[in-house]
Amino acid sequence: MRRSLLFIPGNNPSMLQNSDVFEADSIIIDLEDAVNITEKDSARNLVKSYLNTKKKFNSEMIVRINGMDTKYYQDDLNSIVSDQIDAIMLPKASSQNLAKLDEILTEIEGKNHLTKRIKIIPIVELASSLIEVNSIASSKRVDGILLGAEDFTSDMEVYRTKEGKEISYARSAIAVASVANHIEAIDTPFTDVNDFIGLEEDIKNSLQLGMKAKAAIHPNQIEIINRMYAPTPDQIVWAKQIMAALENANKNKLGAFSVNGKMVDKPVIERASKILKKAEIFNID
Amino acid sequence: MIGIAGTLESNDCIITIKDSDKLEITIESIVYDYFKEQIEAVILETLKEYKLDCVSVLCQDKGALDFTIKARLITAIERMK
Repeated sequence: MRRSLLFIPGNNPSMLQNSDVFEADSIIIDLEDAVNITEKDSARNLVKSYLNTKKKFNSEMIVRINGMDTKYYQDDLNSIVSDQIDAIMLPKASSQNLAKLDEILTEIEGKNHLTKRIKIIPIVELASSLIEVNSIASSKRVDGILLGAEDFTSDMEVYRTKEGKEISYARSAIAVASVANHIEAIDTPFTDVNDFIGLEEDIKNSLQLGMKAKAAIHPNQIEIINRMYAPTPDQIVWAKQIMAALENANKNKLGAFSVNGKMVDKPVIERASKILKKAEIFNID
Repeated sequence: MIGIAGTLESNDCIITIKDSDKLEITIESIVYDYFKEQIEAVILETLKEYKLDCVSVLCQDKGALDFTIKARLITAIERMK
């Protein structure tokens, strides 16, 4: 379960070695867009060397490889797939290339005797990917889906706005497919790193449509993202009231019960349970 | 043949490696007095892994940690080949 995922350029030693101070739930080490085409080899070696500095990292470690339509992705995978990473992020994902990636990962995991199964987080950033989002969400190893709004709006030939109307459908489709397949819908980064009010409004929109986490492109966005994608104190108090009332109802063998004058049924109990589970995972009282 | 990798950004280094008739390591570092031996040790260990002993290595260091020095050297070696 994640709230924040921070992109770190794979060819930047300073950002890599400081990545654990930013308090993001997940670090996305980027070998793709953040790395110049002439430095792909350099970034790959740097990331491999960095990953070998520890057996385990505090954050979830994700590596965004180059797309499977490039000549770089195979070397990326051969270099970095190890027990030190948790997931591969796949640009321009499709159900077809996800199946191929699953095969390659299975081969490398076996060859290198990995003790874990590497997850995949596909990026949905084309209209063609959005059409098959349910197939993508149900693919092997897929643990979450990231919306790539910049490439998506480019594909659609529409303009990105802070209000985000142009990506509402994409957000909803990804959120629905993710819930249906018990994985996480991860929202696209907010690209104005100095506009914190805009970031909060963007997060509110994404939450309303069912997004559960958000990617960030700057460490100064992490605190807001972590706060807004976590249960609020009021929500936690409410959830505890529901669970306490449930316990009381079970003890007294009551079929139906209410809290604060409102009937409590199964969906309410499930919602309360999820809130408390999240609060526990994120260490919130 | 020559291979170059890295940058002069903070916490990075530029490694330049070329063929030579003997092993030569030159270090220019902002933390030379404190870490010269450490930097040299990383370079020597990596050259040993790649079975290279007749090379000239220049390390222009801006406070790079071991993992960065090693990675930049490996890239420079690969580019030299």
